[in-house]
Amino acid sequence: MNEQELHDVVIRALTEVAPDVDPAAIDPQTDLTDQLDIDSIDFLNVLVNVHEQTGVEIPERDYPKLATLDDAVAYLLAAQPRGAGTDA
Amino acid sequence: MRALRLMPYGSDVPSTGETAVAPNMPDYEEARSRFSWAAARAELAGLPDGALNIACEAVDRHADGPLANTTALRFLGRHGGTRDITYAELRHETARFANVLEQLGVRRTERVFVLSGRIPELYIAALGTLKCGCVFSPLFSAFGPEPIEQRLALGDARVLVTTPVLYKRKVAQLRERLANLAHVLLVGDEAEIAEISGVHDFKRLMGAAGDTYEVAATAPEDMALVHFTSGTTGAPKGAVHVHEAVVAHRATGRIVLDLHPGDVFWCTADPGWVTGTSYGIIAPLTLGVSSVIDEADFDADRWYRILQEQRVSVWYTAPTALRMLMRIGVEVAHEYDLSALRFIASVGEPLNPEVVLWGEEAFGMPIHDNWWQTETGGIMIANYRSMDVRPGSMGRPLPGIEAAVARRDAEGRPILAGDGSLELVTSPDEQGELVLRPGWPSMFRGYLGEQRRYERCFAGGWYLTGDLVRRDADGYFWFVGRGDDVIKSAGHLIGPFEVESALLAHPAVAEAGVIGKPDPVAGEIVKAFVSLAPGRDPGEELRKELLGFARKRLGAAVAPREIDFVSSVPHNRSGKVMRRLLKARELGLPEGDISTLEPDA
Repeated sequence: MNEQELHDVVIRALTEVAPDVDPAAIDPQTDLTDQLDIDSIDFLNVLVNVHEQTGVEIPERDYPKLATLDDAVAYLLAAQPRGAGTDA
Repeated sequence: MRALRLMPYGSDVPSTGETAVAPNMPDYEEARSRFSWAAARAELAGLPDGALNIACEAVDRHADGPLANTTALRFLGRHGGTRDITYAELRHETARFANVLEQLGVRRTERVFVLSGRIPELYIAALGTLKCGCVFSPLFSAFGPEPIEQRLALGDARVLVTTPVLYKRKVAQLRERLANLAHVLLVGDEAEIAEISGVHDFKRLMGAAGDTYEVAATAPEDMALVHFTSGTTGAPKGAVHVHEAVVAHRATGRIVLDLHPGDVFWCTADPGWVTGTSYGIIAPLTLGVSSVIDEADFDADRWYRILQEQRVSVWYTAPTALRMLMRIGVEVAHEYDLSALRFIASVGEPLNPEVVLWGEEAFGMPIHDNWWQTETGGIMIANYRSMDVRPGSMGRPLPGIEAAVARRDAEGRPILAGDGSLELVTSPDEQGELVLRPGWPSMFRGYLGEQRRYERCFAGGWYLTGDLVRRDADGYFWFVGRGDDVIKSAGHLIGPFEVESALLAHPAVAEAGVIGKPDPVAGEIVKAFVSLAPGRDPGEELRKELLGFARKRLGAAVAPREIDFVSSVPHNRSGKVMRRLLKARELGLPEGDISTLEPDA
């Protein structure tokens, strides 16, 4: 997946777990949990959802590396298996 | 009967490494026989003429003595940086806040609420409020507008301290309905606050206020704290605690948490809940130790780093956090130098034995589970440092606390004998309701404005906790489940009725039933079953709309995480939602066999 697709994946996961979130209002460089009304259990569910969509393994220890929207997209971009398709 | 074996690191044997301090309570049986609340009370500083004030015990007492320049609170900023507040500084800051309240015309016994993250101003406001004889009530910052409004209204809030972000997002819309809320103080950017109408700038008021204040001579029975908690039905209840509660805060800090002079203590609970106030603010201060407070939320490596860098010696945390650490793996714990740590305790929901055993592996010491609730104000039953931990057990009653197990009838009410006394379980391992003999200092003195609800908590001379337990032959108590439908998620109590009411406010919803669904991390998560109004079709779109609707009103901590559509929600003849039946279905138990969920099956 490219950057835009991964961006959409994260937004989809967020609005799945917290449908009250307005994607247009997200500042991509601020911690998601700081700017949105989501707690740590929501955040865990978001990353589980991202994993289901992409097949990318995200060790729980790495969760803080996906704290902002930009960070999450960058992490997923780097963590994708090389040349992987989108049929995860 | 005597089944107490000393742990290898008990009174005589050094514990891990260099930190070989003797337990404050070397022998449980001996302490039980000797303990009196009067003696615990005598250890306090007190005020002339029998007056007693929590802020004096927590702050001024030490600010006047050799601990004046000791760190009372160390705040770890979200994005790095620390701020230390010594006991002497805390006295001045809390005095300023007391003066601010006085200048605003706030009178004794009036309620001051705080809605914020774990920022220094929260702690200063809490203790400053107590110092001038006002009543402190914390709100959890992850609450949505609905729980906030309910609590501010029920608590008859006079003052609210919060931040510009939380105010704009959650409070501004409620303001005109809260006629008695006279003053809102915002902590944050001066320019941002200046643009908001009808509020004060916390920092500006503090800067203009004097930094000395004579502690109010409150009586031991004067109201000090209000903590809201949830029941199965109706609105949340405001449990009232008095200044005398500090006797129990201090005693349990010594006996259960084993706090010693020089300890670095970290209670990870948020002051929005009772643990974060009783043990996140008051207890460690009364004992003159230094508390670490992390403004950020859970993050495994960050937490281990805090334990290492701050040299935390006593750690009080919660099962949800421990289970998250456990999922990341024991080897991560071993990457850090945790040699300062000498005692770990946990509260919030029962700690499963696997976590206790994992604690041995990760930290080289067991995790000591304990039990209490909002109404008890302080720890009541615990695994103590000088006793064997029984993994999965909540431990044994605190010295000074009499606990028993009451037999319940088919409706779940305790059975009263002819003389009005409770029918108590005497044989080991028989299940019943945990009951406590009233009279300890931190016991709640009422629910605000709800005398009958308060009275229903007592029968036959006992306080009924609503928790089902069994007691083994050695006197250890084991948690079995809640005796009602209240949901315990990540250590917080959530009333199903509040969640159902919020869902019913949506036009598509005809009926709603809410239960706690077992969850490997949070203990339980909130799950809702809804049936729809005629003409509304279930579907992904509507499911998300309802999730969002509930979250906006209730906030992430209270709103359902899952919603299922059902053709009808089961009710009994009197119209009560049959949540136990919903739960049986959810757990895949035969519907005809819901007796397995009944307390007295």
